[in-house]
Amino acid sequence: MSRSAIGQVFYALLAAVLVALAATVKTDGYIANILMQAATYAIAVFGLSIVLGLCGQINLAQAAFFALGAYSVALGTVDYHIPFWLCLLGGMAIALAAGAGLGLMTLRLGGHYLAMVTISFQQILTVVLTNAIGFTHGPDGVSSIPRPAGFASGQSFLALVVAIMAISGYLVWRLADTRLGRAMRAVRDNELAASANGIDVYRTKLIAFALAALLAGLGGGLFASGFSYVSPDQFAFADSIVLLTMALLGGAASPIGSAIGTGLLILIPEWLRFLKSVPGLYLAVYGAAVILIVLFMPDGIWGYISKLFRARKPAPSKAAEPLTLRPLDSGAPMALEVKGLCKHFGGLKAVDGVDLQVRRGGAHALIGPNGSGKTTMVNVVTGLYRATAGEIFVDGVDVTTLPAHKRTVAGLARTFQNIRLFRSMTALENVVVGAERDGNALIERGRAALWGRARAALDFVGLENRANEAIPSFSYGHQRLIEIARALAANPTVLLLDEPAAGLNLSEKKELHDLLGRIAAQGLTILLIDHDMTLISGAARHVTVLNFGRRIADGETADVLRQPDVAAAYLGVSE
Amino acid sequence: MDLFLQLLFTGVGIGAVYALVALGFVLIFRATSVVNFAQGDFSMVAAYLMVVFAVDLGWPYWVAFLISIAGMAVLGAVFNLTVYYPLRHRTFLPVLISTIGASIFLANSVLALYGPQPQVLPGWLDTPGFQVGPVYLDSQYLIIICVTLALVAFQYWLFERTLIGKKLQATSQDKEMATLLGIPVAGMIMLTFVYSAVLGGIAGILVAPILFVSIQMGSTIALKAFAATIIGGFGDVAGAILGGFAIGIIETFGAAYISVPFKDAFAFLVVILFLIVRPQGIFGERVAEKA
Repeated sequence: MSRSAIGQVFYALLAAVLVALAATVKTDGYIANILMQAATYAIAVFGLSIVLGLCGQINLAQAAFFALGAYSVALGTVDYHIPFWLCLLGGMAIALAAGAGLGLMTLRLGGHYLAMVTISFQQILTVVLTNAIGFTHGPDGVSSIPRPAGFASGQSFLALVVAIMAISGYLVWRLADTRLGRAMRAVRDNELAASANGIDVYRTKLIAFALAALLAGLGGGLFASGFSYVSPDQFAFADSIVLLTMALLGGAASPIGSAIGTGLLILIPEWLRFLKSVPGLYLAVYGAAVILIVLFMPDGIWGYISKLFRARKPAPSKAAEPLTLRPLDSGAPMALEVKGLCKHFGGLKAVDGVDLQVRRGGAHALIGPNGSGKTTMVNVVTGLYRATAGEIFVDGVDVTTLPAHKRTVAGLARTFQNIRLFRSMTALENVVVGAERDGNALIERGRAALWGRARAALDFVGLENRANEAIPSFSYGHQRLIEIARALAANPTVLLLDEPAAGLNLSEKKELHDLLGRIAAQGLTILLIDHDMTLISGAARHVTVLNFGRRIADGETADVLRQPDVAAAYLGVSE
Repeated sequence: MDLFLQLLFTGVGIGAVYALVALGFVLIFRATSVVNFAQGDFSMVAAYLMVVFAVDLGWPYWVAFLISIAGMAVLGAVFNLTVYYPLRHRTFLPVLISTIGASIFLANSVLALYGPQPQVLPGWLDTPGFQVGPVYLDSQYLIIICVTLALVAFQYWLFERTLIGKKLQATSQDKEMATLLGIPVAGMIMLTFVYSAVLGGIAGILVAPILFVSIQMGSTIALKAFAATIIGGFGDVAGAILGGFAIGIIETFGAAYISVPFKDAFAFLVVILFLIVRPQGIFGERVAEKA
């Protein structure tokens, strides 16, 4: 039985015990209220576990989304006599729509905009709830909110809430290991690398944000019926901060951490009631605690614990099948063709009318002195920069105006000059992200095929026995190899390697040379950008030379390197 | 028309306060890339210091003012050392959350020490104001506008005409390069926090006679000032000042012509509109990432 299966059985047992306890153990009203609050809050905090923990985006309005759910149930059942379950679903839909709407506006911008917009939304909602008295009942709030049929008693409703909490927690827990969850973690770790591996960064963030709002709406709807009373001051900005702190304290990356954080932050105030004799003292301690948590437990309590007890996962036992690369061939004469490409930054012409034809199969080198426009060219070709003018064709398909993540569908894969791996993921997970790009025709859907291919790609670069180790434990040279494996797993048509030899020692360079040979032997086209003349003259059949953003030579490697103006550009020989 | 002019005067006055706090925001953001959520609490703490010295202890207004400002300078330094400096190598999210924690801590410490009862701080001048044509000029609003203009001029002189201003600018543009040129970057960041705390403090003391002095005044002002920086273009000094005036005028007119209870929502509606139509603000933020 695998670790994950044991974990799931354990989780199911724990959940069953909790639901049974909630349904049977008699508690007085005070304890029952605390439990009800903890369970409904935990659902909202699971939402933060998605948006903040998995996707790395801030949300300072979780209490507002919670309020949308709560008021949907409150107003729907009390004023409009709509059945509870419909109101709950409606509240979740409204919260989802609000989250998606806010996300649409701001997720393209930087993180502080998201912080600001979520705060704005929170403030506007509080003002509306307080002042639109005709609709919301204003500051008095809504009372006598009914519970659904079959769960009329506080005890049975609590058991229902605990069951829903357990299911939500399970889904959020399993989300991390799905394609969407991996995309979220990839976005959190490195947005540029994520889009270069076919992940739509904006869409991924948007989904994370909307799901978080949805869970808040669910928690809020249950909260309203649980307490049968809601008022605007229960869902203020301060409550959003409390929810955020719960996620951080427990460890935003995991729903278990979120649940621990929620429980602690609801219980601690009860333990510290003596502090409440002085108004403000409790929250002052609380504010100081937030700073201390961020300072000393950056991954939260659960992150801290799981680091202590992390057993090194054994390396996969079975040797993977050898990696096959089967680049697509539409019959177009060139694998990659660039016509008259220009990229201007203000007055600077970084790339100025460059043509490039990369023949199918084998390696083509793009060289030139520092500042000649090589990396800019790669960034324009892969879609990180928009071309000022010119056209780019991959396997005969015009990709000039496509965003980066769509160009991987057309068959482009790349590595970065300064390594960009997803640092919180294992080597294998990094490569899986590469393998599951859209349009990878080589793998059928299915976990086994996907992970098999990723392991094959790691095996291809010689690192399969360390597949389950985290990125920071690999040397610089090995990190480069993982990046290449990630690109190969995607089964690209054209592979762009941006200075793969930079920073490698002699024996690592030799390994790289062998690796390029094995890749080329499978018929994959490589565009190699580097300075290392030994590597280039050994590996590349054709060379294009850039200087000052223009092409100054192009042709068979041996011929080009003999041309005097190429030597002049590189060595500064005066003419 | 008379009402219009009167409202304009009030809007500019309250906008000046937002502008000062927004200025503090922007200076810290430029120096450290951190959005300081406790900026408004600097104003709140300063207002309480004034209440202690000028009202409770009965010291002369200007003595209380100077001591309060000195206290804010110390607070800015302590804030830097505890909230920002230990986290300076981490990403923006932990630092942002740390400043939120600081905001909660400051507001509630004051609550614990001083109690929940809102306090009253009298204005600087005994004359309540005077009539000029159709417009009544409240003296406190006049003081706010004059002090703000003076501070903006001082800041311009500091940044554009002095060596220390050049060093501050160099620090905010490229810390590594500044270090290589021998600029004490940590010291410059310390100076930024101290100066921003003082700016926020002055804003708080100026606005206190108009509002009640309460622990909520910090977060209210900070949110408006934050809105001002978005409208002006994040990280732009002139934008923050203009944005501050814009928010003050918008909410004053909104309250008068549309709805008083929804007054606090107008600023945020405008922010959301700006983010849809012109997210880079009036002056534009320079955003770029290297591959």
